[in-house]
Amino acid sequence: MFRPETGKPLYELAQALLRSPSSLSEAERELIAAFVSSKNNCMFCMSSHAAAARYLFKDQKRVVDFVLHDYQEAPIAEKLKALLNIAGKVQQDARTVKADDVDRAKETGATEQEIHDTVLIAASFCMFNRYVDGLASLTPEDPKDYEPMGERMAEMGYSLPKKD
Amino acid sequence: MPHISLEEHLPGITGLLEYRLDTAYPIRDLTQILLRGPSTLSQAERELIATVVSAGNQCQFCTAAHTAAADILLGESHTSDMVKNDLSEAPVSEKMKALLEIAKCVQVSGKKVSPELIQRAKSLEASDLEIHDTVLIAALFCLYNKYVDGLASVTPTDPAFYQTLGNKIVNLGYLRSQPKPDKQTI
Repeated sequence: MFRPETGKPLYELAQALLRSPSSLSEAERELIAAFVSSKNNCMFCMSSHAAAARYLFKDQKRVVDFVLHDYQEAPIAEKLKALLNIAGKVQQDARTVKADDVDRAKETGATEQEIHDTVLIAASFCMFNRYVDGLASLTPEDPKDYEPMGERMAEMGYSLPKKD
Repeated sequence: MPHISLEEHLPGITGLLEYRLDTAYPIRDLTQILLRGPSTLSQAERELIATVVSAGNQCQFCTAAHTAAADILLGESHTSDMVKNDLSEAPVSEKMKALLEIAKCVQVSGKKVSPELIQRAKSLEASDLEIHDTVLIAALFCLYNKYVDGLASVTPTDPAFYQTLGNKIVNLGYLRSQPKPDKQTI
């Protein structure tokens, strides 16, 4: 790893956001991460978090590809659609998240904590995506390469790789 | 009005960092390492990177706060003003201009950072670590800017507020001030 000092808090942030106890499932949170990464055209983050989400959704894994293709038409709860709408606005221009968007999320049952976490997951992936692409990190091109990565992320979570 | 209930006396990022502590700690740690840790870039230079990115995202709270910090560190406000409004004429080194150009691209998209821009920074003697840190500071401030504006946290209009906040982040840094353990007060 190029700089372990900064790597440590980056892993800790991902772990807190995507794996700590939450009323949003780990699968839903990985889906928000994959959705934002897809909108940022970050192939590495999109592929790996989509793989993690597919693994966590188990027999429902097809929803991941529905959401990445067109979340409005995806077979998911209205609450998740309302949260993805907010995540998409954060990715585009966070100032465009309006009271209407938040009200819609609340009307479909989203809590303030879930709205907060959605915004912070989206903002964090705008950071991770820029970090990965801004330094032109190596990106495997074969979708199969991401399957074991997604399984590892789902099973083990996020922590700084140990030195050999 | 913020989209979620935040403590009224804590505007901008400050209330958000108290809203959820387990995510705030790594965000604060990362910021402290990048902006205050040992580096061949000065603290003022690193605050200028935070400033141009926040200005690019039109995040008024972060732009005002980090402009204030950069101005305090530099002892003047001309440099931050020029960096935000006319980078090519700003009174900073050519290396710093190249790094700020990279930061401005990262603000738009990581994919905008071209090999030519990196090569230009290297030819002006920017190290790999300086380039890495510039990209990560720029990416981190995209997080901050989107966090602050995505939840519509309060943006104070009084310049004195940012002067106080600027002094605080220059003198105390970015870590959470720890409350004294109860034992000491017994």
